[in-house]
Amino acid sequence: MTTGSDTRARAERLWARAGGGDGGPRLTRLQRLAARFGRGAVIGVPYLWLLLFFLLPFLIVLKISFAEFRIGVPPYTPLLEWLEGGYLQIRLALGNYLFLGQDPLYISAYLSSLKVAAVSTLIALFIGYPMAYAIARASPSWRAVFLLLVILPFWTSFLIRVYAWIGILKNNGLINNALMALGLIDDPLPLLNTEISLYVGIVYSYLPFMVLPLYATLEKMDVSLIEAAADLGCRPLRVFLTVTLPLSMPGIVAGSMLVFIPAVGEFVIPDLLGGADTLMIGKVLWSEFFTNRDWPVASAVAIAMLVLLVIPIVIFQHYQQRQAERAEET
Amino acid sequence: MPDHTVWGQCDMMETVAPGAAAARPEGSRPGAVLRRAEARPIIEIDDVVKTFGAFVAVDHVSLTIREGELFALLGGSGCGKTTLLRMLAGFERPTAGRILIGGQDMTDTAPYDRPVNMMFQSYALFPHMTVEANVAFGLRQDRMPRAAIRERVREMLDLVELTPFAKRKPHHLSGGQRQRVALARSLAKHPKVLLLDEPLAALDKKLRERTQLELVGIQERVGTTFVVVTHDQEEAMTMADRVAIMDSGRIIQVDTPHALYEYPNTRFVAEFFGTVNLFEGQLVEDEPDHLLIRCDALANPVYVGHGISAREHATVWIALRPEKLAVSTTRPDAPHNWDRGIVEDIVYLGGISTYHVRLDGGALARVTTQNLERMSAPEITWDDVVYVSWRPDNVVVVTS
Repeated sequence: MTTGSDTRARAERLWARAGGGDGGPRLTRLQRLAARFGRGAVIGVPYLWLLLFFLLPFLIVLKISFAEFRIGVPPYTPLLEWLEGGYLQIRLALGNYLFLGQDPLYISAYLSSLKVAAVSTLIALFIGYPMAYAIARASPSWRAVFLLLVILPFWTSFLIRVYAWIGILKNNGLINNALMALGLIDDPLPLLNTEISLYVGIVYSYLPFMVLPLYATLEKMDVSLIEAAADLGCRPLRVFLTVTLPLSMPGIVAGSMLVFIPAVGEFVIPDLLGGADTLMIGKVLWSEFFTNRDWPVASAVAIAMLVLLVIPIVIFQHYQQRQAERAEET
Repeated sequence: MPDHTVWGQCDMMETVAPGAAAARPEGSRPGAVLRRAEARPIIEIDDVVKTFGAFVAVDHVSLTIREGELFALLGGSGCGKTTLLRMLAGFERPTAGRILIGGQDMTDTAPYDRPVNMMFQSYALFPHMTVEANVAFGLRQDRMPRAAIRERVREMLDLVELTPFAKRKPHHLSGGQRQRVALARSLAKHPKVLLLDEPLAALDKKLRERTQLELVGIQERVGTTFVVVTHDQEEAMTMADRVAIMDSGRIIQVDTPHALYEYPNTRFVAEFFGTVNLFEGQLVEDEPDHLLIRCDALANPVYVGHGISAREHATVWIALRPEKLAVSTTRPDAPHNWDRGIVEDIVYLGGISTYHVRLDGGALARVTTQNLERMSAPEITWDDVVYVSWRPDNVVVVTS
């Protein structure tokens, strides 16, 4: 009897020492700790990744952009240098950035990149909007098929698809052969390495990024709004302009940003499909780095391009945040 | 609208159900009933059929709705009432038949060319426009001068008491306020007919009951013809001058709420429109001044004070409304129109009580009585043997 009650008392004392009578608070404290650690891990790992593989390389590029070209390894001057007598010399060469402003090549490359990206975005919007609209209004079973077809090209490598366009557009390629076989033309049309092939390549590659966000907004839209507008005396074109278009604005902004931003810095498509005179900042960057081997100027080009692209991204983010706030209010 | 001042004689004959030729009181809104007498038809639906693939949504429907009327299309889900309304608005094209609005054939007219407006179940307010802009939307399509639009919007917002909310966006309004914006928007263009698709379905019960009467008040003030689609029998009764009861694409009966309740033409209407005790029976006697019906479920024959001129021994159903039955503990002397049973359940609802009486034949009869006295002790209680009786003129006989 006594031993039995002794053991029990001891167990109770142990239990109390371990964390109080009911054991509840201890458990929650543990859980809270786990939760905090878990949340930290979930947020921390991607941030660590970005720090290691984005921010550090970016800082290195930023550093190089303030250096000067020299022949040697590495092919640029150091930023910090110990001098005799315990001096630490910091040499910030701003010449690279000034050079970008002085040489019309870079400015026109930037401008032409913006132009190409803007025109491509507009073409993608004009092709993508009707597509997205048709998919959103299709029956649910067809909708799934159409969406699959939009995403299907991603199954193949981007590079291979761009190469495939060479085969289609070149002088003895698919289109020219077909047109000549039909007797419509005698000599092949110059399609490849022109503005046309450049736009075809960019619009083709980025069209899904336009269609998908547009589809998402159009699909959510209440059809009875369109009916209500028609009921109130609005003809189809005006229904589109006064109701459908304003309500699909978030999709238009998202799609346009997703096409415009990567198109500005695009290098592969202008290199493979564009003409010799196609001037795009991605291509300039490439030749500066690999042909000219001028790392500092190439870095400055890269930093300037980044700044140029950050502006539309910030606008986009701001717009999205406003949308989210508005959605919260409803 | 000249009809508002001409108060003619009510032509009730047209709506009288078979076997109910006797004079009967007018509907719940006598003014509206009288006013309609000389009103001309505003909507004529002529043998309209609508099919979706193999499914027949609307099946040979013909219907006339008169100017200034508050007309309800009542039925369960999938009965075709909404499809019919959408055909009036022009969102669906009839597979066969014609639709005339204001005397003009509008069967193939696009929604934006029709002189009708619709209030949607979801309200369909434009979320990117203010209340004001929503109400003005239809007027802008007509290229009305700005000042006139502003005046009309102000007038409409006054009508629905939303003037302080003119600058708000719809998502900043309550459900009831949104409903009123939708009403103002659909009335702004002076439509010949306003179509309302379940206008109160999204509101809670209390608000719905108040809004029903508000809608009727607004309808009387503006004088527009309203066609309301609803699945709620009480809502139809509260609001409508006339109700069309629909079932699987067909119109079963069109009449005033009063006539539908007291003179249903089929079992379906009797059961759909209120509570009813239905008994199947055989016609034993069919004279011009009386009927005698024998029901298997009832011990005594049923005597009805009018004839129906059906063939002898035909199968008929008698419909007895719960409030038209009397329950008592004393045995009636009459040779017909009563039966004996045991009280199975008593539902006390404050104002009224419903007795569920299991008749000796096995059928259940529901009898409601008004609780007129506050202090009187209930003399009938559970498991009592009671006698259920009714007057000959309170029996409704339906043949299908």
